[in-house]
Amino acid sequence: MAEIIDMPKLSDTMSVGTLVKWNIKEGQVVAFGDILAEVETDKATMELSCTVPGTILKIYAPSGTQLPVGAPICAIGKKGEAAPEPSAAPAPKAPATAVPAIPEKTDVSCVPAAPASSGAPSAQSDASRTKASPYAKRMAEKAALNVATLAGSGPGGRVVGRDVAAAASAPVASAPSGPINVAVAPPADGKGIQPDADVPVGGMRQTIARRLLESKITVPHFYLEVEVDAAPLMAMRESLNKRLAEAGGEGAIKLSVNDFILKASAEALRRVPAVNASWAGTSIRTHGAVHLSFGVALEDGLVTPVIRDAHAKTLKDIAVEAKALIGKARAKKLTPNEMSGSTFTVTNLGMYGVTGFFGIINVPNAAILSVGATIKKPVVDAHDRLVIGHRMVIGLSGDHRVVDGANAAQFLQALKQLLEEPALMLI
Amino acid sequence: MAVISYREALRAAMREELKRDDKVVIMGEEVAQFNGAYKVTEGLLKEFGPKRIVDTPISEAGFIGLGIGASMLGIRPVMELMFWSFSYVAFDQIVNNAGNIRYMSGGLINCPIVIRGPANGGTNVGATHSHTPEAILASHPGIKVVCPATPYDAKGLMKAAIRDNDPVYVMENTILYNDKGEVPDEDYIVPLGVADVKRVGTDLTIVAHGRAVITSLKAAEILEKEHGVSVEVVDLRSIRPLDEETILTSVRKTHRALLVEENKPFCGVDAQVAYLIQSKAFDELDAPIHRVSSIDAPQIYCKRMEDLQMPNVERVVAEALKVLA
Repeated sequence: MAEIIDMPKLSDTMSVGTLVKWNIKEGQVVAFGDILAEVETDKATMELSCTVPGTILKIYAPSGTQLPVGAPICAIGKKGEAAPEPSAAPAPKAPATAVPAIPEKTDVSCVPAAPASSGAPSAQSDASRTKASPYAKRMAEKAALNVATLAGSGPGGRVVGRDVAAAASAPVASAPSGPINVAVAPPADGKGIQPDADVPVGGMRQTIARRLLESKITVPHFYLEVEVDAAPLMAMRESLNKRLAEAGGEGAIKLSVNDFILKASAEALRRVPAVNASWAGTSIRTHGAVHLSFGVALEDGLVTPVIRDAHAKTLKDIAVEAKALIGKARAKKLTPNEMSGSTFTVTNLGMYGVTGFFGIINVPNAAILSVGATIKKPVVDAHDRLVIGHRMVIGLSGDHRVVDGANAAQFLQALKQLLEEPALMLI
Repeated sequence: MAVISYREALRAAMREELKRDDKVVIMGEEVAQFNGAYKVTEGLLKEFGPKRIVDTPISEAGFIGLGIGASMLGIRPVMELMFWSFSYVAFDQIVNNAGNIRYMSGGLINCPIVIRGPANGGTNVGATHSHTPEAILASHPGIKVVCPATPYDAKGLMKAAIRDNDPVYVMENTILYNDKGEVPDEDYIVPLGVADVKRVGTDLTIVAHGRAVITSLKAAEILEKEHGVSVEVVDLRSIRPLDEETILTSVRKTHRALLVEENKPFCGVDAQVAYLIQSKAFDELDAPIHRVSSIDAPQIYCKRMEDLQMPNVERVVAEALKVLA
């Protein structure tokens, strides 16, 4: 009698498996131990060996199908025997949380498990939740590490104690917590440029150190650069500021170059929304709103206040809000709420004459924009004439898990167009 | 220190207590003239006479009731059940009367009875003779339950049980009766409610009781030799009162726990221990708590299958590796 081979449970946490590749065909004779197929579990790709010698009567699911544990995958029996109908075969071990097979048109090889019951918020949150043992969480808290940034070596990718211990003892991670003995000779003339001292690190510096290290070592950064003709922008800014100054009263605000960049960034994100997203472990979270964060340098560090719903704000709204936030930042009055929840970050070192640079991504953003100074330099214009150009170099650091070179380039293209034809921002 | 068997250790405990306190008596089926069905009481009739060592009819409800009544009047009876499986016909006496009399009398009446006998599977005696009722009995406030795994603990716990003023039920194991171990010559007791770390380790805590301790110690050896894992084995010894602190201290050290018992899993002792660990040491856990117990079916008669049904070294090693994953 024919036997139905089910999707086996190949790991203790496996609930679905993907048939990566069939090694056999219908009608083929198989012996005990033959490799029938390769199955990808939540942990690894494993070989499925034959436990029932005979002839392959029927393959129920083609390569590439994702099936719950217990679902029939093939039938083995005597040659010429009719294959049982898979529907007649009970799939008893199929868990209640059976995951539907991947739609065939999907071109992504690894699709995260869909929530069992659509609309159940708990199932939704499970997908993005970092699994960590209670002990690991407690250790991480003590070591000021974020378990979400650690690679879990436990079952199902769970972060366990040894992962935190390894991260905490890694040289880079331990740097902020322990003194490093670096033998540096004091100034020979006894009069250095500053005292030799160990300056205690405050909370803001600790946060900067931790967050940026985390980003730099866990986010695969890639970098794109584009040069923008800033002359039209400068002209528009001058004319607008002139009118605003004349208006006086409440309207008397001065638009900064950065305000234009913020506005243009929000508009460019509207055109290329793929950049307005976050890596969420097993999924990419797309964001409907543009919450724009921008760097404000302080004497002892850096903060990144957030302009919420920048996509729905006018240039003037953005300018007023940015000014207020900068004021608060310098007065150290920003609330944590005003510094969190961004979807994209703009940094600008143009005022220092820096011609171009690449920032470190402000996790969980997918990219950061780095704006350089507008400088005069010779350029070849559309008529092949050497003219004086006002050029601004803009860098983009992207999280390659979320965005690829092409959509990041499209974003920069859109941004360049908006900045070079700033009237587009009006529409 | 003498090396004696688990059986001899139990006998020595009773003999010493019979000598120490003339209120101590032994009663049960064939404990006197036949020297005990499993020879635990061998020679006691000869030494202490028929007034102290008393054969009873085959009537558990009757003779356990007799012992409970006697204990209320100041006698300290040590009752033998040929199998703890037979306690079920005396359940009203064992649980309702013995377990509640101190409470129901407002503390006026004590019931210092000891009921002892083998409570184990693994000997091919069938489903009705292989019960391990320590979890059932320990679920009743007022009752104390101990499960010695070694000759040392068998003697020390038996003596503590006889001296205790509440009903104490001693679950022995026929497979352990011939196990030998060092037992001090001088008088000692193992206090009720004190667990024992039988093996010190750093990577995994195995909590066990009764013969599962012996199985776990063997598994720990293999885990150390073949997998380089350092396993700590905590022997509960006493199911109730339960030594929570020794369990928690060990888990706080190793951060991983495997619970091994020969009971069936449903509502077993280790269900309670697992609850204890997660409620009082949740933040210490680096992995889910796993259990190894007898497979959830009536005790299988076929010997080869029964051996597979019960926790064996292979199953403990395999489950330990899962906890350590």
